[in-house]
Amino acid sequence: MNETIAIENVTKSFGKKTVLKDIQMSIGEGTIYGFIGPSGAGKTTLVKMIVGMDRPDQGAIDVLGKRMPNLEMLQEIGYMAQSDALYMELTGKENLTFFASLYKLSKKEMKERISYAASLVNLTEDLNKKVSAYSGGMKRRLSLAIALIQNPRILILDEPTVGIDPELRFSIWNELLRLKREERKTIIVTTHVMDEAERCDFVAMVRDGSIIADGTPQELKDLYQTNSFDEVFLYAGRKDS
Amino acid sequence: MRTTALIKRIILEVFRDKRTLALLFVAPLLILTLMYLVFNGNAVEPTIGVENVQQPLIEELEKADIHVKEFENISDPKETMIKHELDAFLIVENDKPTLTLLNSDPAIANKLQMKIKQLIGAKMQAQLLEKNGMKIPLQTEDMVKTEYVYGSSETEFFDVFSPILVGFFVFFFVFLISGIGLLKERTSGTLERLMSTPIRRWEIVAAYLVGFGIFAVLQTIIIVLFSIHVLDIVLVGSIWNVILINLILALVALSLGTLLSSFAASEFQMVQFIPIAIVPQIFFSGIFPLEGMPGWLQVLGKIMPLYYAADGLKGVMYKGMGLADISFDLYILMAFAAVFIVLNLFALKKYRKL
Ligand SMILES: Nc1ncnc2c1ncn2[C@@H]1O[C@H](COP(=O)(O)OP(=O)(O)OP(=O)(O)O)[C@@H](O)[C@H]1O
Ligand SMILES: [Mg+2]
Repeated sequence: MNETIAIENVTKSFGKKTVLKDIQMSIGEGTIYGFIGPSGAGKTTLVKMIVGMDRPDQGAIDVLGKRMPNLEMLQEIGYMAQSDALYMELTGKENLTFFASLYKLSKKEMKERISYAASLVNLTEDLNKKVSAYSGGMKRRLSLAIALIQNPRILILDEPTVGIDPELRFSIWNELLRLKREERKTIIVTTHVMDEAERCDFVAMVRDGSIIADGTPQELKDLYQTNSFDEVFLYAGRKDS
Repeated sequence: MRTTALIKRIILEVFRDKRTLALLFVAPLLILTLMYLVFNGNAVEPTIGVENVQQPLIEELEKADIHVKEFENISDPKETMIKHELDAFLIVENDKPTLTLLNSDPAIANKLQMKIKQLIGAKMQAQLLEKNGMKIPLQTEDMVKTEYVYGSSETEFFDVFSPILVGFFVFFFVFLISGIGLLKERTSGTLERLMSTPIRRWEIVAAYLVGFGIFAVLQTIIIVLFSIHVLDIVLVGSIWNVILINLILALVALSLGTLLSSFAASEFQMVQFIPIAIVPQIFFSGIFPLEGMPGWLQVLGKIMPLYYAADGLKGVMYKGMGLADISFDLYILMAFAAVFIVLNLFALKKYRKL
């Protein structure tokens, strides 16, 4: 297995509050890695550091063998933030075009990618509407399309399916699985939806800034001797009390 | 390439936002016009009441555009003045004139007092000479010939004030709009999102400077042309120098606006910077004479960009100075812009450590 992301002893604090403690993990190429854990556990903080938007206080993160933060690496990382960051005054298409033009893409590639990403999230019909006229789910989908726009080797999606209806969520997950299988993309997903967690190859449980358990979904279920993933989550959350 | 994409997007967004466009291009012209009308309103001719004043003096007063109403046996001039809406009251008792002034506006009262005193003085002098048997034609006006280094007897307060005003509007509106522009980018999360793309910090700063700079240039040119050709503000020097000063000032406003926006969490907080960052600059821009202020206050004035811009603009527009005379002001302004731009680069580090 080719290692895509290596996280070594990462610690991060904001002021006095330690948000991540001594995180250690390795994520291989062509896998989907899920982060689950209670709100405020530190998932977003960790994911942002992988993208290189913040620097660990201690330890190091390497992506494709390059120490982060690294500007060139960002060409290979598609990031979808937890909250939609879109230009409301612009249309969906203008948003896609703008973000696409920040990456190294030829004119032709750009056109192809825009229509691919838009159709993946089922927005082709609405591309010429202003984003301010989009529904919450449509904005979420546009954010996802933007994350895919430069055809990156790594996708980092922070709660990508919040506000997206079950049918579209299903098709988005199928596409993520296809990208993993056929294009060997490495995908990191944070989620509060347990059936999504079960579709990941590996899951890490984050709580209070530490990874308290990780492994395949089946391994985690075995660990807590349960059949439902919801219970895994509950056990993990309860442990400290 | 990335910068161009960002510039295009900024321009597109401003064009979509009609209010911002109006604020940039219509508001300054409206306020300038209003100011012009307010300051250039024709002076109201004062009305004075007189008692026991000789006819020749009354004629002289009327010649000097003062309305005269005659009264008799007034015991309380103050009451009469208020009742009859008089600006002043002149009583002569035992050849001794007494002038009561309404003084609701000290500037008007002063002017009126000077005029009346002058007329009475001249009259008395003439009477004195006449008594001695000399005939001298009455001359009230040309006793002292007045010449002006800057402007002329026609100069109005607005003429001196307007160069500062032009600079101020450029500064204020560019500051506000660029600041809020970058702020929107922050609060909507798109700035953070941008930072997860390979864009460099300087590319963002450059795009903001150019993107909003284009609007600032247009605005500056419109304001300058409007002030000079429509409002007929005095312009002795070259219009190119006026535009040059304003463009550099706009750059300062642009970089200061974007910089301060990083310390604001909302549009409202951006507006809160106006009393702190903008209003004090007006005090030191030369509308009030700086010379009379205590030394430390003058030093404070000299760290304000608008002080230099106003100095340069007054120099060119009113005094007719050339590029060489204002180069010092320009260099200082450029230094301000450079410092703010560098600080902007650092402020963006908050979003990505690279
Ligand atoms: N910029 C920041 N400054 C200070 N504290 C922060 C900052 N960002 C996050 N935190 C704190 O770090 C902790 C972890 O936040 P994080 O956003 O990583 O949680 P999360 O696991 O993503 O939660 P959620 O599931 O709700 O998205 C929280 O307690 C939060 O208050
Ligand atoms: Mg989060």
